[in-house]
Amino acid sequence: MRPAAKPEAPGLGRSETGAAGQFADLEHERSASLLGMWTFLATEVLFFGGMFTGYIVYRTFYAEAFREAGGHLDLFWGGVNTAVLLVSSAAVAMAVRAAGQGRGKSTAGWFFSAAALGAVFIAIKAHEYTRDYREHLMPLRDLPFRFPGPHADQARLFFNLYFVMTGVHALHLLIGMGLVLVLAALSWRGRFSGGRDAPVEAVGLYWHFVDAVWVFLYPLFYLMGR
Amino acid sequence: MKDMLSPWQALWELLRWAKRPFAALFPPVLSEHADGVDSFYMFLVGMSTFFSLLIAGLIVFFAVRYARGRKADRTRPPESNLVLEIVWSTVPLVLSVVIFFWGARLYLRLFTEPLGGYGEVVYVVGKQWMWKVQHPQGPMEIGALHAPMGIPIRLVMTSQDVIHDFSIPALRIKRDVVPGRYTSLWFQATRTGEFPIYCSEYCGTLHSQMLGKLVIQSPAAYAAWLAQGAAAGTAIQAGERLFTSLGCGGCHGAEGGAIRAPQLAGIFGRPVPLQSDGFATADEAYLRESILFPGRKVVAGYAPVMPTFAGQINEEQMVELIAYLRSLRLP
Amino acid sequence: MNNIASMPASPPAEAARLPARHYLNEAHTLRSWFLTTDHKRIALLFLASITVFFLIAGVAALLMRLELLTPEGDLVQAETYNRLFTLHGVLMVWFFLIPSIPTVLGNFAIPMMLGARDLAFPRLNLISWYLFVGGGTLTLYSLIKGGVDTGWTFYTPYSTLYSNSAVLSTVAGVFVSGFSSILTGLNFIVTIHTLRARGLTWFRLPLFIWSMYATSLILVLATPVLAITLLLLAMERFFGFGFFDPRLGGDPLLFQHLFWFYSHPAVYIMILPGMGVVSELVAAFSRRRVFGYKVVAFSSLAIAVYGFLVWGHHMFVAGQSPYAGLVFSALSYLVAIPSAIKVFNWTATLYKGDISLDTPMLYALGFIGLFTIGGLTGLFLAALGLDVHLTDTYFVVAHFHFIMVGGMVMGYLGGIHYWWPKISGRLYTEWMGRFSAITAFVGFNLTFLPQFLAGYLGMPRRYWAYAPEYQVLNVMSTLGASILGVAYAFPLIYLTWSFWKGQVAGPNPWEATGLEWRTPSPPPTHNFETPPRVTGEAYERSHAARGEA
Repeated sequence: MRPAAKPEAPGLGRSETGAAGQFADLEHERSASLLGMWTFLATEVLFFGGMFTGYIVYRTFYAEAFREAGGHLDLFWGGVNTAVLLVSSAAVAMAVRAAGQGRGKSTAGWFFSAAALGAVFIAIKAHEYTRDYREHLMPLRDLPFRFPGPHADQARLFFNLYFVMTGVHALHLLIGMGLVLVLAALSWRGRFSGGRDAPVEAVGLYWHFVDAVWVFLYPLFYLMGR
Repeated sequence: MKDMLSPWQALWELLRWAKRPFAALFPPVLSEHADGVDSFYMFLVGMSTFFSLLIAGLIVFFAVRYARGRKADRTRPPESNLVLEIVWSTVPLVLSVVIFFWGARLYLRLFTEPLGGYGEVVYVVGKQWMWKVQHPQGPMEIGALHAPMGIPIRLVMTSQDVIHDFSIPALRIKRDVVPGRYTSLWFQATRTGEFPIYCSEYCGTLHSQMLGKLVIQSPAAYAAWLAQGAAAGTAIQAGERLFTSLGCGGCHGAEGGAIRAPQLAGIFGRPVPLQSDGFATADEAYLRESILFPGRKVVAGYAPVMPTFAGQINEEQMVELIAYLRSLRLP
Repeated sequence: MNNIASMPASPPAEAARLPARHYLNEAHTLRSWFLTTDHKRIALLFLASITVFFLIAGVAALLMRLELLTPEGDLVQAETYNRLFTLHGVLMVWFFLIPSIPTVLGNFAIPMMLGARDLAFPRLNLISWYLFVGGGTLTLYSLIKGGVDTGWTFYTPYSTLYSNSAVLSTVAGVFVSGFSSILTGLNFIVTIHTLRARGLTWFRLPLFIWSMYATSLILVLATPVLAITLLLLAMERFFGFGFFDPRLGGDPLLFQHLFWFYSHPAVYIMILPGMGVVSELVAAFSRRRVFGYKVVAFSSLAIAVYGFLVWGHHMFVAGQSPYAGLVFSALSYLVAIPSAIKVFNWTATLYKGDISLDTPMLYALGFIGLFTIGGLTGLFLAALGLDVHLTDTYFVVAHFHFIMVGGMVMGYLGGIHYWWPKISGRLYTEWMGRFSAITAFVGFNLTFLPQFLAGYLGMPRRYWAYAPEYQVLNVMSTLGASILGVAYAFPLIYLTWSFWKGQVAGPNPWEATGLEWRTPSPPPTHNFETPPRVTGEAYERSHAARGEA
């Protein structure tokens, strides 16, 4: 059972089971892929954890300012966005299910809808950012920052954290959209049939994670103190 | 009681004695704390030497005894030995506990006010790359700290720019000097002389030139030095001038009844009731915060009308103002 | 005493020739190297890259030592000196020490020690190398072209508001290389979980695998915190955010907490792999099982876990509350216990061994000695009252060099010499190896022992010029550093030479146990002709022979 090595760039290639050469079979490969994704999500938790720690520290220091600043965010659009992301997670769950049943075209459809919902989320977020910019609540570089009351500089910290955390989250969502679109194209061509759907499941996990991060961000920024 | 202490005293004397041949490897000993740190260090050096030699000795012994090709009893090498392993886990544990408590005791002393209170408070402001030292009752000095022997001196320190660290090896103490907050140190020197002060937290290009000297004088000589310097103006006087020129007296006026703002005489060190429940002690940190961010901790019963002075006064002026406020006594 | 003779070691006649086909001669094009997914080739790519970073950072260290030969700042400007120690620290920590054993020896040996054909994600492994080289190049370019003077710790507000140097691009490079660390750690974790050979249960794993597993956990869980901390730092510097700026209500100590939450565990990234290598070497050259196998395995995990709980001991004088200081000091002593246990266990492994002092063993014994001193002086620094005097002095510099250089670099070189016959299929000249191991040990002690003394005398670290009373100790240190420089440069020459010209080694020149020695040297691309089966415990010599099913 000598795996065919590519002559140009030495490596293992795939064995006759369809799995990569270092694995015994597809099931083996799937368990490795999923363990890999869970490990990666653990690093993501720590990555966001650093920012959440910063948020909690300053919220404890400056509780009142953070309450006031939170009131300047748009509860309605924030809520809509939460709903949009939750529905997109459902779409991804459907895609994973369809892939497991070997229905490639259906998988592609669900993935495409999830990406579209992701785009809606980004558009709404852009709308909110624009509003913050117009109201001078965007303390970037030399942009003016105007906040009524005695807590202006602490509210500034709130908006710093808000932009960094939602920005990094949006970046994750954009990456997720890219992955999902690539998978949509591949599954349309039937790449994940016959038990080879481990990548679909792994990307599904990633999407749900990004969604879950928002489920924490929304109450922290929009709801607390209202 | 005295007999109970004697093993400790014996250990102490032993450590002092062990240190003597290596005196050149120790900085001058300028306080009781420094002496205590040296004894602790000698204990650790002794312990480390013992364990290093033990390990090295065993390695060399085994490497020779069981060298390949050499005849030796190699039957049934042990794969583990519970008793041995418990012993060599417990011994480090017990030693660690001893070291922890010993080190903690020395550390907590740095944060505990001496029994008779502090003899004097001196303000230190670090800025790239110099130390400015303000004596409330005396002059401002750059790169030097005069202090009397035998009297506990408290240093209240802050930075104008980046993080520095006020370090005096002869006293075995140091503390970071952080912008935006006050940190403190205290010491009681046991002899006179001049000793180096270093900046120990990297602070930029001329970090290694941010030096100073600690000048310990007899109390009489120090009093004379202070009086001579005071002739050119003290920090309290400078603070009073600032208080006037910034218009603080308009609301906080000592005689004006103080309707719009709290009376400041005698306020230092007292707890003040806050608008938002609770109390704050009117120490250096609270006064500084209230001058820069007046809206944060408003005294109960007053409207938050005070303007901020952030950006108008630097850290040196701040400590002058605080020195002045501190000097105000109730009539 | 053991039945090595019945192992599938090649008889002398065969040993004179390399196998006809192996991973090195599989293909010779550039493409076959730069697009390879073979873990052994990627290990060599990493080996070449980290050697470059090591040499550059080493030259910076020698320049610093030359500057410190005299108390006055006379060789270079203060600004240049600050840039030199920053370059030295940044490159050594992130581009040599952290990747060294994991990406070179781990990449090369882990799959073979597990009896696998490759890591679980070979392409991710290649991406990891590209991220590393990309980040490294960016950092190196900024360090040399623009220069950075913040020190490797990037403390705020100096790094955000005051430094006029290429902080942003340096931080960006470190950030990118962080993802390389994460991917490598992730790959190892999944590989160790899923690709063990039949019969290779967790408690039959070589101790190197245990230590790499513990290291990978830290890589995966600590590096993202560094990434986010550097991202916040960059945001602050670029956009003027106020997270760490006291004038805007931020707290510079928050940066230190976040930074050390990563960087303290990172210390264990820099020592655990060395411990793993030493366990292998002590077992191989004493020809016995490591004493107290399970205890040594679990102490690696214990160190990895405790490592996350002690970051505050870097901040005893930084302005955190004394009570936090007490807690962090007490927790720090917890790390001392498993480390001490390891040292005692290695020593006990020598008892009734069949010891030969070949080059790798000399490095390993050097590691034990230097790590013991490094660990013991850690007790000084974790002791609160004493740390106040010692922190930010040369005592700290000496302490962490004993751990990272005395420990990790000795472990790394020991491992390189041990697996070199497997990597290259050839032997280096033995006396040259022994000479450099002994020279490194002597040079190292001469360099760093005087620094403990200078530190207790009060000499602050990161000083370009210093008081004359410290000169004697500094001259000794510089002299030692020159010897150390020779000891580190020499292996580069004879190992490179032996790669092409050395005597052919045969599959198992050390007569070591472990699956990696049961394939030809150099191994074929797919490592094993038939998937190996394991029937014996780790380092068990009588079973090793029966291993091949």
